[in-house]
Amino acid sequence: MTIFTEFGRYLLMIRGMFSKPENARMYWKEFMHQCSEIGIGSLGIVAIISVFMGAVSTLQTAYQLVSPFIPKSTIAQIVRDTVILEFAPTLVCIVLAGVVGSKIASELGNMRVSEQIDALEIMGINTKTYLVLPKIAAAMLVIPMLVVIAGVLGIWGGRFAGIMSGIVSPSIYDKGLLQFFKPYNVFFALVKAYTFAFIISSIPAFYGYYVKGGALEIGRASTKSVVVSCVAILFADYVLAQLLLDATPS
Amino acid sequence: MIEFTDIHKSFGEKIVLDGVSARMEAGKCNLIIGTSGSGKTVLMKCLVGLIEPDSGQISYGGVSFGQMDTDSRKELRQQIGMLFQGSALFDSMTVEQNIMFPLDMFTRKTYQEKLVRVNEVLNRVDLQGVNQKFPAELSGGMKKRVGIARAIVLNPKYLFCDEPNSGLDPQTSMLIDKLIQEITIEYNITTIVNTHDMNSVMETGDHIIYMYQGKKEWEGSNKEIIFSKNDLLNRFIFASEFLRDAKDMRMLEMKGKIDNNRNTDELLK
Repeated sequence: MTIFTEFGRYLLMIRGMFSKPENARMYWKEFMHQCSEIGIGSLGIVAIISVFMGAVSTLQTAYQLVSPFIPKSTIAQIVRDTVILEFAPTLVCIVLAGVVGSKIASELGNMRVSEQIDALEIMGINTKTYLVLPKIAAAMLVIPMLVVIAGVLGIWGGRFAGIMSGIVSPSIYDKGLLQFFKPYNVFFALVKAYTFAFIISSIPAFYGYYVKGGALEIGRASTKSVVVSCVAILFADYVLAQLLLDATPS
Repeated sequence: MIEFTDIHKSFGEKIVLDGVSARMEAGKCNLIIGTSGSGKTVLMKCLVGLIEPDSGQISYGGVSFGQMDTDSRKELRQQIGMLFQGSALFDSMTVEQNIMFPLDMFTRKTYQEKLVRVNEVLNRVDLQGVNQKFPAELSGGMKKRVGIARAIVLNPKYLFCDEPNSGLDPQTSMLIDKLIQEITIEYNITTIVNTHDMNSVMETGDHIIYMYQGKKEWEGSNKEIIFSKNDLLNRFIFASEFLRDAKDMRMLEMKGKIDNNRNTDELLK
């Protein structure tokens, strides 16, 4: 199957998701279930990654800033901006592509192979709307929340590591956090979070929904969905940075 | 009643269905039999709308399926129950939730009303005390029964069963066959069963279609199949020496030459 055929099928799946629900209450229930699965289910790993990501950023930034002319508060500024601009949205979403993406692909793949999707179709349910749409909608709601949590925890992790290692005092770190802060960076991080959330949920849903074969194919689809999602995230990351950040020297 | 006329379906160069036509009556067990790869599963998938045939017409109760709009198809599908080969139970849900799912989706009944209906169909398939079990905790035969219960919970007009006996021991197979037959008569539904099982053919085949290489090779009932002169059918149905002997015995019995219920102790002395 060529990449264009595959992309065409992906677009058709997305289009096919939008139909009138048979019973809105059941769809809401499924949406809430997915919010819990994706959000609560990933909270632990996101928290761990974020704290360590911030802590390592502080230590490595301090290691590189050897000049006595650069104030210590700069460490906090660098950590803050790196976490907000890149680490919280991109790194966390790449991890989520593995955690959430493989779960979505294998869940739908298993449902396809064991004829559960056929059973729903025969009942008269639009399976794309019932199975795929709540996953994408839930991801679009909770992943940006996870990114915000990751940002906060990352900055806090950096502060904690800075204090514990004696690199920077709490007051200097806090002062640095407020210096030259651009609220636009938070907007940029959220744009990335929404874009990546769509990628993380829709690409694995596509590979899982159209899987053919047995357990081996489910595994392959799951792996492929994670790889494609990660590449798509990195590509989207570059495109968004190019479009939304004015990096040209004035 | 389901009627299909001149159904054609190909996958690439491979012709899977080649002009199949038949009429499936209500209140009867209509069986589609044939060797693996003969096109019976594709035919069933065409009938339920999971696969679009290349050409031909399928009508449910005189209304053409192909000419129905999306909403009419959705409505029709609520009148269809299907038992899948692997039961296709939702493995994240309990037995009760599985059976209640169509009621949740398509009715506005209260939980208590739905529970009453769930227990009613569970009793009908002779399963009690399994409401809170998950599909993984059930045996193959129990899964099939839950599958049947889920298929009939909305009182369907049409019941499709894809190899209901696969993976079951002969005794459980007979129970499932009997259950499908009883439900068909009790609810006066049009039942279509896709099977390899010779017991099913002989016991429940009110109307049988034998498929061979995508074509309808033979059509008749379990009474007629014994006397069929169709060589392909005989080779398929009476594949073993044991089955050929059984056929001879049944023919002799039907012609009144012997009594198969006779006391064999006398013969063994």
